[in-house]
Amino acid sequence: MCVYKTRASLHKRYIVLYVEYINPTKECRYLIIGEQKPLPEIISMIEHEGGTKILIVGCRSCVAVCLAGGEEEVLQLADRLREYSNSTSKGWEISTVTLQRQCEKEFDRGIAKLIENTDVILSLGCGVGAQVLGEVYPERIVLPGINTSSMGAPEGRGKWKERCVGCGDCTIQLSGGICPIARCSKMLQNGPCGGSQGGKCEVSPDRDCAWQLIYDRLRLKGRLDLLEIILPPKDWSKARDGGPRIVIKNTEAGR
Amino acid sequence: MKADSILERLLERGEFVVTSEISPPKSADGTKVREKVRILRGYADAFNVTDNQTAIVRMSSLAASLFCIQEGVEPIMQMTCRDRNRLAMQSDLIGASALGIRNLLCITGDHQRFGNQPQSRNVFDLDSTQQLMVFKRMRDEGELWCGDVMETAPKILLGAAANPFVDPIEMSVIRLSKKIKAGADFVQTQAIFDLDRFQEWYSVIRSRGLEKKTHIIAGVTPLRSYKAAKFMAENIPGMSIPEEVLKRMASAPDEKLEGTKICLERIEVLRDTPGIHGIHLMPINWESVVPEIMERAELLPRPSP
Ligand code: SF4
Ligand code: SF4
Repeated sequence: MCVYKTRASLHKRYIVLYVEYINPTKECRYLIIGEQKPLPEIISMIEHEGGTKILIVGCRSCVAVCLAGGEEEVLQLADRLREYSNSTSKGWEISTVTLQRQCEKEFDRGIAKLIENTDVILSLGCGVGAQVLGEVYPERIVLPGINTSSMGAPEGRGKWKERCVGCGDCTIQLSGGICPIARCSKMLQNGPCGGSQGGKCEVSPDRDCAWQLIYDRLRLKGRLDLLEIILPPKDWSKARDGGPRIVIKNTEAGR
Repeated sequence: MKADSILERLLERGEFVVTSEISPPKSADGTKVREKVRILRGYADAFNVTDNQTAIVRMSSLAASLFCIQEGVEPIMQMTCRDRNRLAMQSDLIGASALGIRNLLCITGDHQRFGNQPQSRNVFDLDSTQQLMVFKRMRDEGELWCGDVMETAPKILLGAAANPFVDPIEMSVIRLSKKIKAGADFVQTQAIFDLDRFQEWYSVIRSRGLEKKTHIIAGVTPLRSYKAAKFMAENIPGMSIPEEVLKRMASAPDEKLEGTKICLERIEVLRDTPGIHGIHLMPINWESVVPEIMERAELLPRPSP
C-alpha cells in the first residue's frame, strides 16, 4: 500500500487537536519535563535582581513529578541558598511556598500577601507556570528557576523521555504510535537517516534511533506495510511555526 | 532529457559512470576551489560538491559548484535538509538551475552535533524524500510546492543518497524505494567496505526491482592509513568499516598501497554487479589519489559526453 498524497488532498487534510488536561488527583501519565537550573545561575539571577527577601514558588504538578520543582526541591533549594547567603553574608531571607498548580491563576492569586513582602520571586514551576505567575503579578519580575525542556513520560527511576513536541498535526498512527517528530533527532518522517546503526541514533549512543523503535513496533503489529506510505511535506503552520497556538474547547469557559 | 547533464546522458546511454567529490574550503578565496577542480578534471564524469559536510561551515555548495562549471567540470550540487527550510530550498534550486547547475543530490545532512556549530538549530522542514517530491514537481510541472507557476522551470537531475549499512536492512530498502518514488533519478551509496553486507542489501533491492527504477552508483573510499580508517569508522555517521579491513590496514607495510588496493578490489566487484551503473569515488581528504585509482581501475579515459 502506498498513499502518495496529491496537492488537492493535502489541502483538504483535516487537522484534529487533542488536548488533555493533567489531572492532579491521579498520578501523572505524561508531563512537562524540566530541570532545575544550576545553583550558580540561580544565584546570579537573584543577585542581578537585587534585594534580600526571596520567595521560592514551587508547583505540585509536572515539575514535582520530575523532581525539579515540587515541595521537596523547593525546600532543598532554600537550604542551599541560605547556606550561600550565610557564607557570603548576603543576609538573604528565604521563604517558600508550593502551589497546587502554578499554571492556574486562582492558585497564584492565593499568595498575594507573600508576594507583596518579597523583593525577588523565583519560580520553580515550568515555563508555563512561571509565565502565569508573572501575569497575575504583572508589576513584578519572576525569575525562572527551571529549564523547561519537553513533554514526556517517566521511564524508570529518575529518568524522563521526551515524547511529543506538540506539532499540532499528529500522525503517529502511521509510525506505530511512536512519534518521529519528537523522538528522531532530525524529525524525519519517511524513515531513518544514514546514521542509524545498531538501533542507536547518530547523535549519541545513549539515544535510541526512533526509526528502529518504529520499525520494531510495526513489525510486532504485523504492519510494516505502513512504512511504505510517503508522508508529503508537513503542515508546520499547526506547529509553533504558525505563531502561538490557541485551543478553544466548546465549554462554558471556552465561549 | 530531464536536465541534459553529462551525468544524465552517460547514464541514459548505459555507460558505467564515475562520480567523485570535492569539498569546498573554509576560505573565501575562489582560487582554492579552482585548484582542486583542476587537479581532478577529467578523472570523473561529474563531481559532488558537498554542503557543509559533517556540519562544518565551508563555502556554500552553490558557489563552489559555480566554480566547477567555470573550470569546465560538471558539478552535482549537494543540498542538506538540515540547513534550509522549503523557501530557501526552492529558491536555491531556481538559482542553481539558472547558473547552469544540472545535477542535485538531496540529502538529510549529518546532525550539527558533529560539526563546528553544535549549538545551532537544525531546520528539517522537509526530509530528503519530501525534498525530492518538491523538486520533482518544480521540474516536471513547473510549479512551486504551493502550486504557483514558475515562468521557467529548473532543469535538474535529482539524486538521493542511500546507506546499505543502515539497520535494519529492510528499513533502509523501504526508505530508498520511497525516495525513488518521490523522484530520485540516481542514487549514490555510502562508501562500501563491507561487501557481504552490501550484497545482502542489494539482493533485497533487486527482489523489489528497485535497481531498474533508478541508477544506482556505488560509493567507494580509499583508505589512506589505519589511523584515518579508524577515525572514519568512529566519526563519520553511517560509515561501516569491517574488522577485516581494519586489520589489513593495521598490518600493511605500506598503508597507502593497501588502502588503494582495498578500494580497487571493491571497484572490480561493483563493476561486475548487474544493475550497478557506476561508482562514486569519495576520496575524503585524499584527493590526490583519484588519478591513480582511476588509472589502475582502467576507468580512463572517461567517455565523451
Ligand atoms: S506527531 Fe508527535 S509531536 Fe506531533 S502531536 Fe503527535 S506526538 Fe506530538
Ligand atoms: S539515527 Fe535515527 S533517530 Fe537519529 S537522526 Fe537518524 S533516523 Fe533520526
